[in-house]
Amino acid sequence: MTVLSIQDLSKGFGGLQAIQKVSLEIEAGERRAIIGPNGAGKTTLFNLISGFLFPSSGEIHLFGRDVTKLRPHQRSALGIARTFQLTNLFQKLTLFENILLGVQATRGARYSFYRPVKSYGEIIRETEHLLKSWDLWEKWDVPLKNLSYGEQRQVEVVMALATKPRLLLLDEPAAGLAPAETTLLVSIIKSLPREITTILIEHDMDVAFEIAEKITVLHFGNVLAEGSLEEIKGNPKVTEIYLG
Amino acid sequence: MKAAQIFKGKFVLLLLLAVPFLALPSFVSNYYVGLVIQILITAIFAMSLDILVGYTGLPSMGHAAYFGVAAYATGFLYFAGFNNFWVVFVVGLGVGGFTAALFGLLAIRARGPYFMLITLALSQVLWGIAFKWRSVTKGDDGLPGIKRPEIGMGVDLIPDPHFYYFTCAIFLIVFFALYILVHSPFGYALRGIRESESRMKSLGYNVWLYKYIAFIFAGAFAGMSGVLWVYYSGFVNPSNLGIDLSVRGLLMLILGGAGTMFGPAIGAAIIVLLENIVSGLTERWSLILGIIYVVVIMLFSEGITSIVKKVSRD
Amino acid sequence: MTFWIIQILNGLSFSMFLFLVAAGFTLIFGLMKIINIAHGSFYLLSAYIGLTILRATGNFLLATIIASVAAVVVGMAMQSLFLRRLHMKELQQVLLTFGFVLIIADVCLWIWGGNSFALPKPASLKGSVWVGNMVFPVYRLFVIVVGIIIGVGLWIFQEKTKFGAIIRAGVDDEEMLRGAGINVQLVFSGVFGLGALLAGIGGMIGGPFVGVFPGVDLTILLLALVVVIIGGIGSLKGAFVGSLFVGLIDNFGKALFPEISLFTLFAPMAIILAIKPTGIFGRIEE
Repeated sequence: MTVLSIQDLSKGFGGLQAIQKVSLEIEAGERRAIIGPNGAGKTTLFNLISGFLFPSSGEIHLFGRDVTKLRPHQRSALGIARTFQLTNLFQKLTLFENILLGVQATRGARYSFYRPVKSYGEIIRETEHLLKSWDLWEKWDVPLKNLSYGEQRQVEVVMALATKPRLLLLDEPAAGLAPAETTLLVSIIKSLPREITTILIEHDMDVAFEIAEKITVLHFGNVLAEGSLEEIKGNPKVTEIYLG
Repeated sequence: MKAAQIFKGKFVLLLLLAVPFLALPSFVSNYYVGLVIQILITAIFAMSLDILVGYTGLPSMGHAAYFGVAAYATGFLYFAGFNNFWVVFVVGLGVGGFTAALFGLLAIRARGPYFMLITLALSQVLWGIAFKWRSVTKGDDGLPGIKRPEIGMGVDLIPDPHFYYFTCAIFLIVFFALYILVHSPFGYALRGIRESESRMKSLGYNVWLYKYIAFIFAGAFAGMSGVLWVYYSGFVNPSNLGIDLSVRGLLMLILGGAGTMFGPAIGAAIIVLLENIVSGLTERWSLILGIIYVVVIMLFSEGITSIVKKVSRD
Repeated sequence: MTFWIIQILNGLSFSMFLFLVAAGFTLIFGLMKIINIAHGSFYLLSAYIGLTILRATGNFLLATIIASVAAVVVGMAMQSLFLRRLHMKELQQVLLTFGFVLIIADVCLWIWGGNSFALPKPASLKGSVWVGNMVFPVYRLFVIVVGIIIGVGLWIFQEKTKFGAIIRAGVDDEEMLRGAGINVQLVFSGVFGLGALLAGIGGMIGGPFVGVFPGVDLTILLLALVVVIIGGIGSLKGAFVGSLFVGLIDNFGKALFPEISLFTLFAPMAIILAIKPTGIFGRIEE
């Protein structure tokens, strides 16, 4: 089924048209990468999809529903999660508390104010489980700001997964990572279950080609090309915008 | 888990502190007992403000509004013949929460300095209304002569030591309630909002709603302190809605440490003691306090509790 | 009919006075995001100092100059010695200005005592004119004229001068100023001084009919807050329109419902907040 459908989406800021009549369809289970040079509009597109920006025109459908007018938290409730290009975590809270907020986000208990969170065994166990399965358990009580940059980029992904999304948006997850860390992150993303459709923005083409099966190329807010790995690699227009 | 040990540690600390608190009236004069009553009531006010400032990251500037409307409600109810503490207490917290519900609708959409401006303006208008509406509020003269309330069970609150123990009990209940609130899923969500609203939104939290509910809670708890204050001092007047009350509250959080359980109470103790000492020494106490405020703000960005935390961690 | 004209003129004169105070407040907030709680204190200080000079020399102009300069000196000292060091800490900045409110208010109480004074009007502006079959004070007309002149002057300054353009740009986006290599600290001090100056002039102009007494600082602050919220934050046009609105409504409110006149201000303020939180002419921040 079509997980994400974008029709004729446009977004302008003052005189600048960041996104121009972009149309896109993503099917369930896909691994899609959106690439393009700086300023192509990739992060703007993510912001539009996740609801942090509203389009000037066009429509966005998530899981068959028209979400064009919905606010970010309403879209998240439908099953979409994202990571941020600039690490966006709860710096003064511990690692455990960070993931906890992700885990409780999808539960009714998140409004509970008369019981300590420790009394919600299921939430605590699930947070513990997530941290253990990502090999982060030893640092559970470390304030997030004391974790290394690479660890924080990992936490970005874990946090998004904590909400059990059906669609995952990864905004330059490997940004600023050393080669070894990048390899680790890539293998983690590749091992994600197929129930989670994944869209990836990447600046690093190697990472994008490693993870994705289908590529969409953006240039100046337009879709320049779309296709499989081979098609894109062999497309002269694509090579041109990166070199020219 | 370590958390249980920390909770036990704080609990033990509380028990140790309890001894001098319980013994206090036997050792010192009514003046000092009154001082501690003031500190406890002010601490409740500061803790209510901390929900917004320290935990949610909302710099609320007009917090006296909720304290003051509950104070006036207490006064009006008294002169209408209602002297039962429990009834008035519930009305006070209801009125405080309701005012916060109204103001919150207008203020929460704004961010940062705009939010501060709006909350300040709204509470200042209330202050102005209390000042001018002489036929109802008696303006600047206020409503004096409010006696201690009945709490039933044959207990008489007129002697200060009795009111003191009563206030201690209420303080402990409020402290405990806030402890639960702050450590509940809701409380953690507030902290998340303080750290990053966009992250919380992308996780699926309705950030506006959380802020709004926090605002109402803060208003209700502030209302509680307003009721207690009027019964202690016997008097309501426009200064209960005044900007200096709101600012004092914020200063307490800066001094004691915002976003901590004991910080607001520590800050309240420091400010109340300071004001009492200085006003006893000189007629120019307002000038001295102003200078002290300026110095404190220039020196303390974080607050004592977080400085202590930093030192103990290193 | 004449009654209404008198009321309108009354309201207008109060509006023009409010504009002097609100304009400075809105510029300081718009550019630096500082809520200057001490803004009413500039009025207080200026009016008291002006009163003393007036009593000594009888020269209104001299008193205005000296009093306004005093306000500017205090204001710029507050900004450059203290507020500047708390850059980006908006909460602490506001609290700091409150510290100064206490200091200035108590010093004034110490020197001038707790009584209420109305500044004497300059001799040439005493007396009244006939409006229909009623009289209206010449001084109030003078206030209207002064307000309009200063309003026009400020508008020219903001729209037609380089400094004004810098301020307009800064209100929209502070980053832009830094990027353009402009000495932001100098601009901030200058605007703060300008705001203090306007409030100081307001102290002298308003002194004769608003009066000066302990507590007037907070009363003036409240009005400035309402004006800025209704008229729009960071906008001179907004300060002007907001002042007109508040001045007229306040005047009519006082004439018709003296005790609850503040409600007549509160309602429009709440409505504006509900519909457009940044005020009528305020800029929307993304």
